[in-house]
Amino acid sequence: MIGYILRRFGAAVLVLFAISVLVFLIFFATPGVDPAARIAGKNADPATLEQVRASFGFDQPLPVQYLMMMKHLFVSHDLTSFVNRGTLVIPQIMDAVPVTLSLVVGAAVIWMVLGVAMGTLAGAMRGTLVDPLVMLLGVFGVSLPVYWLGEVVNLVTQKELHDSVFSWVPPLGYVPLSQSPGQWALHLLLPWLTLALLYAGIYARLLRGELIQALNEDYVRTARAKGLSERRILIRHALRCSLIPIVSLFGLDFGALVGGAALLTEVVFGLPGVGKLTYQALQNLDLPVIMGTVLYAAFFVVLANAVVDVLYARLDPRVRRA
Amino acid sequence: MPDQPILEVDDLRVSFRTGRGRFTAVDGLSFSVRPGEVLGVVGESGSGKSVSMLGVLGLIRTPNAEISGKVVFRGRDLLALKDREMRAVRGREIAMIFQDPMTALTPVYTVGWQIAEQIRAHERISKREARDRAVRLLDEVGIPAPGKRVDSYPHEFSGGMRQRVVIAMALSCNPGLLIADEPTTALDVTTQAQILDLMRRLRTDHGSAIVMITHDMGVVSEIADEVLVMYGGRAVERGVRRDVFHAPRHPYTWGLLDSVPRVGGPRVRRLPTIPGTPGASGGGCPFADRCTHRHAACEEVPSLTGGSGHLDACWLPEEGRERIRRGDRSGPEASPARQSARAADEER
Repeated sequence: MIGYILRRFGAAVLVLFAISVLVFLIFFATPGVDPAARIAGKNADPATLEQVRASFGFDQPLPVQYLMMMKHLFVSHDLTSFVNRGTLVIPQIMDAVPVTLSLVVGAAVIWMVLGVAMGTLAGAMRGTLVDPLVMLLGVFGVSLPVYWLGEVVNLVTQKELHDSVFSWVPPLGYVPLSQSPGQWALHLLLPWLTLALLYAGIYARLLRGELIQALNEDYVRTARAKGLSERRILIRHALRCSLIPIVSLFGLDFGALVGGAALLTEVVFGLPGVGKLTYQALQNLDLPVIMGTVLYAAFFVVLANAVVDVLYARLDPRVRRA
Repeated sequence: MPDQPILEVDDLRVSFRTGRGRFTAVDGLSFSVRPGEVLGVVGESGSGKSVSMLGVLGLIRTPNAEISGKVVFRGRDLLALKDREMRAVRGREIAMIFQDPMTALTPVYTVGWQIAEQIRAHERISKREARDRAVRLLDEVGIPAPGKRVDSYPHEFSGGMRQRVVIAMALSCNPGLLIADEPTTALDVTTQAQILDLMRRLRTDHGSAIVMITHDMGVVSEIADEVLVMYGGRAVERGVRRDVFHAPRHPYTWGLLDSVPRVGGPRVRRLPTIPGTPGASGGGCPFADRCTHRHAACEEVPSLTGGSGHLDACWLPEEGRERIRRGDRSGPEASPARQSARAADEER
């Protein structure tokens, strides 16, 4: 098991290296893309261009440029924005990370609890009215786009009913956990629910399908023939096996969301997270910031995947030998 | 052998509501098993043998099923038991093993855990003791290094070894009756022989009666004391093994015996088959559509009758069945299944 974990994380490091090279090449070496021209602005004269090139190091060979970039990113932490010169990239990302993590971790807890509960209920009560009702609720969650739902939630809680029912809802924004845990949770409650609803629907549907399949497996029949109670068969045998694909999906979703896929939720609820930072950097093509956030996102996706694979091996003994 | 049967099934009927009306899978099946006896239930796919046994154990779970009749096990009618009481019977007094050992075990738990789970479902003993018993059981069914293998996962075993594990699990609470649903069908031939050997040995050691469901006449000839031939959800022939193999009375049994390839004697170009597939017949004898001896009387369902413990459900005259059988199948007189039956007899 330890060997497996080491191997898995070794592979993750290799993947991260490959991603960093790829991202670097896409942003700095794609034919036709001249970062110097972008920094110098429109209609810059050749002399200015040359000067920019020299001062940013674009006249060096590509491997050297790559190493310099990585040195700025990971060793000296002094990579600066191209757009707002002097603004450091790393602190910007570091400020945004706790916001995104708070949002995604909270939402993940809610959607996992909700999704597993709904999926299990629907799967176990198949053939009764409960199943289609729960699944209808799931479809409802899946089909509401986050940006629309978020706006509606804001409209209702911040404007229409803010003076009556929802007077307890704080204004949009973020309060750090270290400052006031109560306010932190209160500010994030609606974003959590909004983000979790979509995923809870997806997970419930997926789990229901897995569970129904598992309940038809031979090993469940064996468990019945053993004289176990229906409850034990459902939870210890069928659900335990159905959770395996759920966990792998969860890793992917969690990594992607922390990496910036929670962008829409962050923008709608005014949360200054990584998604919002990326969004701003994309709008003015601030290459170092984009590079930083993309690498950061890749880091989380790869890390989450590695963690999931290890978890997967805990859950499914068949994987350990592979 | 004590004569009081351990299991007595009387007029068992299992039917399912389907989109095209009611389908009767088991139609008035009656049989009994005495303690320590091996009953071989034979028939091709769809003859109702598995469904009837699942019905006995209350494992038919679709709400579309309707089960009636009487299943008396050690003096109690199982069909009348509550869910909770039935659970105490399943796994402890009646154990069942299934056809495909590759999928019969939950993949995420060690085999020792799964055996201990069954023991602890029925007996108040500690985890430690249950595990020790699992090791002993694994040893008993011939798993090498059971102390180590008890912590292995199902995927770390071969098919034959997994079936041994399943058998060990079934025997963990010393059941009075073991229902084996084609336990050797998914295994290769040499493994089949080992598993049959094992079951024979365990029957002597544990004294469990066995109901062996199979479509393989060879398996029946190896292990059964008593044979029940099923067709279309009904018993068509029943008797002690020697009688059924040496003097089969029902045309369906003839067909089953003739379709077993022979080892010695002249090689036939084509193995005889029973024409057609099992299906519902309109009211009369269920086998009538496929029977070469069909006549007017077959419009009515024959009942299971006969003397001296060898019963059959056929309208052909009592006397001279063997002549009728040879009249249309001119094969050599000793069929291979009978040879193997004879060989098995001589072994004893």
